[in-house]
Amino acid sequence: MAAPPRPESLALLDRLMAALEAKGIVTEAEIAERQANTDKASPETGARMVAKAWTDPAYRQLLLTDGKAAAEAMGVSMAGAPPLGVLENTPTRHHLVVCTLCSCYPRAVLGYPPNWYKSFAYRSRAVREPRAVLAEWGLNLPDSVEVRVVDSTADYRWMVLPMRPAGTEGWDEARLASLVTRDALVGVAVAKPA
Amino acid sequence: MSDDTPIPATHDIGGLARFHCTPVEHDEVPPDGFGRKVDALRQVLAQKGLMTVDELRRGIEGIPEAEYFALGYYERWLRSITALMIEKGHVQKDVLE
Amino acid sequence: MSDAPRFAPGAAVRVKDDWPERRGPCHIRTPHYIRGRRGTVVRPLGAFANPEDLAFARPAPKRTLYHVLFEQEPIWHEGKPADTIMVEVFEHWLEEA
Repeated sequence: MAAPPRPESLALLDRLMAALEAKGIVTEAEIAERQANTDKASPETGARMVAKAWTDPAYRQLLLTDGKAAAEAMGVSMAGAPPLGVLENTPTRHHLVVCTLCSCYPRAVLGYPPNWYKSFAYRSRAVREPRAVLAEWGLNLPDSVEVRVVDSTADYRWMVLPMRPAGTEGWDEARLASLVTRDALVGVAVAKPA
Repeated sequence: MSDDTPIPATHDIGGLARFHCTPVEHDEVPPDGFGRKVDALRQVLAQKGLMTVDELRRGIEGIPEAEYFALGYYERWLRSITALMIEKGHVQKDVLE
Repeated sequence: MSDAPRFAPGAAVRVKDDWPERRGPCHIRTPHYIRGRRGTVVRPLGAFANPEDLAFARPAPKRTLYHVLFEQEPIWHEGKPADTIMVEVFEHWLEEA
């Protein structure tokens, strides 16, 4: 579990905010507004995009070629957001996303990165022993599946398009989206079975 | 890796043996108020053209190794943002005291 | 440097075996474990302002960014032979293999 911030860090934030406000650089109100906006982003967006891609071939194509446009097509504001790349899982290839250098994450469509994604253990191990990390979390992939680790090091942000589970023929988008977890969108899991 | 490979920078931890046996904890606790505020502050300062995300990272990467691994995620951000605001002359050094 | 990409999909490349962090303050987005390694260009991803300059608030000319694919096993001496790592690498870190 992530430790709570130290008292000296809380005090430093207060002093920095006060100094920035005194200089007219920021206001508490604009920070609060920004925070409220950021809080709204959630993996439900990514899940809706995946469910639509499972049912709509044209949207699937858009998602795979221009993730940012695909997010905007779902009503998500991507203004100022980095480009979004989407990686398609297949019966022979499974993608797993990590950022070994910091914590790059497709926040516009998944929300805040979870603590485990930012942890030293995940950042160092996912790139070296991805199958062990996946196995610890209950996902054992056969040798016939290539595990492709995607180290998110630069200007793109990456989301996984998981495979559609069997037995979901005829399901509508909302029901399909309920199978798409945040973990599946990062690649530490597959979509839930029907 | 062979023994003559240079030692990577502190933050460049892909494959580091140090964490080889550390399980990845399923920590799903959302960021607290402190973290969300630091996060929002960084965004607002970037929007105003006062810092880039690469400057934030440079500042985080400059934190001495022992503190890098001891501080919380958003504590490292706050360290870097504060140092940048001092470096750029937007706030005085006494903000640290 | 925002000209046409130098490398096409499928091109065999080698990441420069360079360690700027040993020469002084820097900010680089090429993780240590791929330096000196051979890989294959998957595709150019577009041109982006060079983070190595952005981190120090210097003028940052755009550089072509590529997705480059590496085999896991030669890097770590572990893992399944077909497993891969895909990394975003800027053109100035790549040379013909």
